[in-house]
Amino acid sequence: MASRRLGRWVPPVVLAVSMLVLVWPLAAEYGDVVLNHNSDKAGVRPVIFPHWFHRIRFRCKVCHHELGFEMRAGANDVKMRDLTQGKFCGMCHNNEVAWGLENCGLCHSGKPGLAGGIYGGHRTLGPGRW
Amino acid sequence: MARNLVGYLSAITFLAAAVFLVGCDRPGDLESFATKGPPSAEPASVNVPASPPEPVIPWALLAHDNLHDPRNPSLALMQEPAEALSVLSPAQEGNFVNWVAALRSGEISPRTNVYPETKIRVLDLDVLMVDTAAMPVVLFPHRPHTEWLDCSNCHDKIFVAKSGANPVNMFRILQGEFCGQCHGAVSFPLTQCQRCHSVPREQALQAVPK
Ligand code: HEC
Ligand code: HEC
Ligand code: HEC
Ligand code: HEC
Ligand code: HEC
Ligand code: HEC
Repeated sequence: MASRRLGRWVPPVVLAVSMLVLVWPLAAEYGDVVLNHNSDKAGVRPVIFPHWFHRIRFRCKVCHHELGFEMRAGANDVKMRDLTQGKFCGMCHNNEVAWGLENCGLCHSGKPGLAGGIYGGHRTLGPGRW
Repeated sequence: MARNLVGYLSAITFLAAAVFLVGCDRPGDLESFATKGPPSAEPASVNVPASPPEPVIPWALLAHDNLHDPRNPSLALMQEPAEALSVLSPAQEGNFVNWVAALRSGEISPRTNVYPETKIRVLDLDVLMVDTAAMPVVLFPHRPHTEWLDCSNCHDKIFVAKSGANPVNMFRILQGEFCGQCHGAVSFPLTQCQRCHSVPREQALQAVPK
């Protein structure tokens, strides 16, 4: 009898839990860029650059004008040597403007094998995309 | 027992429906297409549900975004998009943030330069782009753009600085050229037609006498 009464609660509980899990989407944030010219080849995780996080702190012109990042995913061939010399991400990630290059895992945070490019539900690859 | 079975079955059906809905990229997609149609011809007496329910949380968790490696120990140190973006002026799509409003209202104050000697150029000039077929005319505002960007980001890489001198059309924008280099990638997406096509044609004709 007791187990019967308990059983009655299973469907609503399953429902509630599944609703909680399903309210979160499963897609990358809009404007996330994966940089993977060299990372996979060198055996480190691909780099994920989050636009949303940086644009709260910097205007586009800081990176795309002052620091000279080309506005095309994949157009910048970045090597760690450039970063340690203060170029690209290394202009800020130098323990002055932002935390330094020793925090490998914060930049190299992608799933191995990700293709480089822009992610997050963008819709500029032609009408067929949407 | 049979009652329980019915309960389980309905739960499974619900799950399947929910999985399908989540599969449609983001809930915002459904909404934006729903609002784009012609005004509904339903008689007022019919009880039409106002709109599909708002997405409860439109931002994915980093560990489940199909991009970040959940095994990366540094993931725990990073900020979740929902934490930072949910407190800013809302929008229907993209980052679900109206970045123009967020900047104007002072919710965010992103730095304009890193080097002290860099010149900050802001221009307040609206340009009408009238070749829009049956759509309202496009108003291109320099102010919100130059608050974020420098002239050199657009002139003359993407646009010649002369009204009407660029072969812009919607097809090429959708290919990621002209406005589509930013809109649809980082700035608000191309599904938000009315933010660009914002001036009714009659009004535009009054503003620029032919
Ligand atoms: C500020 C962000 C950042 C940090 C921190 C960082 N990297 Fe990188 N790293 C990059 C970027 C961007 C690239 C280029 C990605 C690409 O195109 O594959 C790169 C590329 C690499 C490459 C391949 C290219 C090359 O130069 O050999 C290796 C190996 C690498 N990083 C190792 C490391 C290690 C080890 C650390 C920690 C000591 C580290 N990185 C920290 C951003 C970063
Ligand atoms: C902190 C630096 C930084 C800031 C700030 C920044 N970006 Fe970027 N942006 C990048 C990097 C890095 C890339 C990737 C380049 C690559 O893959 O070689 C990129 C790529 C892009 C691309 C190319 C996307 C594509 O589909 O090819 C566009 C467009 C872009 N940014 C627009 C913007 C806009 C608009 C803003 C301001 C709202 C902005 N960015 C702010 C660093 C920045
Ligand atoms: C204009 C300066 C600037 C540039 C260029 C820049 N960053 Fe950053 N980045 C920052 C600042 C500031 C922070 C926040 C630091 C803090 O919280 O202490 C940050 C934080 C981050 C974070 C952590 C986000 C989180 O959730 O905490 C990542 C990842 C990152 N940057 C990656 C990159 C990569 C990859 C590049 C190069 C492609 C890059 N950044 C270039 C300024 C910059
Ligand atoms: C986001 C891209 C973008 C930025 C940044 C930008 N412009 Fe423009 N500009 C345009 C577009 C688009 C037009 C209209 C072109 C057309 O009608 O074909 C235009 C037109 C112009 C014109 C011609 C107006 C006319 O009536 O003929 C001038 C002058 C101009 N821009 C100057 C500037 C200056 C100065 C800056 C920096 C302060 C700047 N622009 C920044 C996109 C931009
Ligand atoms: C980022 C701004 C922007 C957005 C968003 C946008 N458009 Fe456009 N659209 C333009 C510009 C710019 C033109 C060209 C105007 C000119 O050359 O005078 C244009 C032209 C057009 C034209 C004229 C025919 C053609 O192919 O060029 C149509 C129709 C059109 N848009 C429909 C739409 C629809 C429908 C949407 C929403 C799904 C949309 N646009 C979203 C900027 C935009
Ligand atoms: C170089 C990048 C870039 C290009 C090219 C660009 N935009 Fe933008 N645009 C932005 C950014 C950044 C914003 C700030 C809002 C955001 O990021 O969502 C913006 C905002 C706007 C706004 C303001 C919306 C509002 O709510 O006030 C309009 C309208 C607009 N863009 C139209 C256009 C049109 C039309 C074109 C092409 C003729 C164009 N943009 C080309 C980057 C760009």
